[in-house]
Amino acid sequence: MTVTLNVNGVDHTVDAEPDTPLLYVLRNDLELNGAKFGCGLGQCGACTVIIDGHAVFSCTTPILMLEGRQIVTVEGLGTIDDPGPMQQAFIDEQAAQCGYCIPGMMMRAQALLNENPAASEADVRRALHPNLCRCGTHIRILRAVLRAGAAMQNGGAPSGAAS
Amino acid sequence: MRRAGRVVLIGLAVLLLGFAGFLAFAFRPEIAAQASVPSLEPAAVEHGRMLAEVGNCSSCHTTPDGLPYAGGLAVQTPFGTVYSANITPDPETGIGQWSEEAFRRALREGVDRQGDHLYPAFPYDHFTYASDEDIAALYAYLMSQPAVPAETPANRLMFPLGFRPLVAGWKLLYFRPGALTADESQSAEWNRGRYLVESLGHCSSCHTPRNALGAEERAEAYGGAIIEGWYAYPIGATSPAPIAWDVDSLTQYLRTGFVEAHGTARGPMAEVTANLRNVSDEDIRAIATYVASLMGQAAPATADEAAESEAPAAPPQTAESQVVPAAATGQDVGAALYAAACSSCHASGQPQPFGGLDLRRSTALFADSPQNLINMIFYGLPAAEGEPGPVMPGYAGAISAEQLVALVDYLRGAYTDRPAWTDTREIVDATMAGTTTAQIYSTDGVRRDPVVPEPRTQ
Repeated sequence: MTVTLNVNGVDHTVDAEPDTPLLYVLRNDLELNGAKFGCGLGQCGACTVIIDGHAVFSCTTPILMLEGRQIVTVEGLGTIDDPGPMQQAFIDEQAAQCGYCIPGMMMRAQALLNENPAASEADVRRALHPNLCRCGTHIRILRAVLRAGAAMQNGGAPSGAAS
Repeated sequence: MRRAGRVVLIGLAVLLLGFAGFLAFAFRPEIAAQASVPSLEPAAVEHGRMLAEVGNCSSCHTTPDGLPYAGGLAVQTPFGTVYSANITPDPETGIGQWSEEAFRRALREGVDRQGDHLYPAFPYDHFTYASDEDIAALYAYLMSQPAVPAETPANRLMFPLGFRPLVAGWKLLYFRPGALTADESQSAEWNRGRYLVESLGHCSSCHTPRNALGAEERAEAYGGAIIEGWYAYPIGATSPAPIAWDVDSLTQYLRTGFVEAHGTARGPMAEVTANLRNVSDEDIRAIATYVASLMGQAAPATADEAAESEAPAAPPQTAESQVVPAAATGQDVGAALYAAACSSCHASGQPQPFGGLDLRRSTALFADSPQNLINMIFYGLPAAEGEPGPVMPGYAGAISAEQLVALVDYLRGAYTDRPAWTDTREIVDATMAGTTTAQIYSTDGVRRDPVVPEPRTQ
């Protein structure tokens, strides 16, 4: 079956079985390897992407649901040469150890900040609840998200200096 | 003119007299404040603790992040918001000045120490059946709790319900203080169960529909009701469970919140079953005995289906059975969605709680309201903090209203022989818009916010 998915602003026509989880299509068909497979059950958040503004587990979302939806992955937040505020904040706070949970954390955080750039630490903690990190960089991730929120409120100007 | 004036004056006088009469009828004297809490017997305190678990006192009188029994929980009613009282022994803001007599009057008659009528959000229409010994034990237990100074927020009720004497009128219509008399034709266990269920357990406060004035419809006792965004299933003769409950399955469910043939409690019953974990096995079995008798004998068809579906669904045998319909539009949307998103857990053949519940056993599908099914698909069932438990992913951000309606209606048609729901779209819209919110509970009874920052609005 062919499905048209709008990913990071670009339409892609994908030929895959309708019950294929979005995660597999992103990685195998579109080679967008930011989203990661952690559990396949919607319990770890490593696969989190944004669909129509909402953070969603791409491992439990079959593409059959997604015709015509706007999907944003971590690749849509910026590039290596021109990182977006979220990515720059994570770099500045050195918030990754192994990095496996990070794209999912960024996407869920981005969904929160898109709604409320002035989110408090309590808001961020509550919002990131579904995302697990096994290396223990939670505190840095929190700081990075708050830093990104501040940057977004200041018109998206990323801070260049590491903390 | 003068004659009309006299008529008006007489009419006013009659009204005033009637009002005064009503006030006199509604009047209750204040009971003197006690200077200090009396000494408490440890045995009574322990017995009272067990009774408080049965009565589920903490679920109203403790807020999710508050101190035990300090009150302040907003209880939404059709008449406005009532806040639960502070029932710690704090003398200023709690019940520290209440003698046992005052406490007993509150439970038996719904009147506080000062003589004000209590709103029936506090289910004294059930607590009135509690025995003197049990009320004394409950009093001892509450008085043994740490005193917490916490002012109860003012209620926000529609005019004129803030005028408490009006509750006396409600009581005249719907409330009779009294005691239960044992049914000699039934066993001691059944009678014990009946006592616990009808008095402190107050099960029908949730499981019985209410009339326009908020009183239980006695004629439809245990007929089911929507409460806190969940549908409390009928637990009497109209129980929709596809496999009939019996004493053993009810006992297991009440003690653990889980039983293989029916699933797991993740709505307000999670809190109830978490509290019942601390109650004696005999009392839980007694409650189960009474409730099973309310449900009556299983109809023959149900018993046959039960025997047939005891074994979990066989896993798919051929590739064909796993092919998802290609069409994602029209009639097949529901079937396609089920096959794509749900069947990998729910038709896996894995025993509970490792696999999804076999939907042929799902009470949610057989019930009169699709609310519970919609809650579960939409919010999912999140994991409990630091403890194992059944989980299910939620689809709130991913599924659209049309898709959710199609899926819900498909499941009803595919797995039950009940008539199609007529209010699916309305309930989906209300749930997605946040007009109806449901609390998801962990298996340990702790409230968990639905883990969705904002659901889809279309």
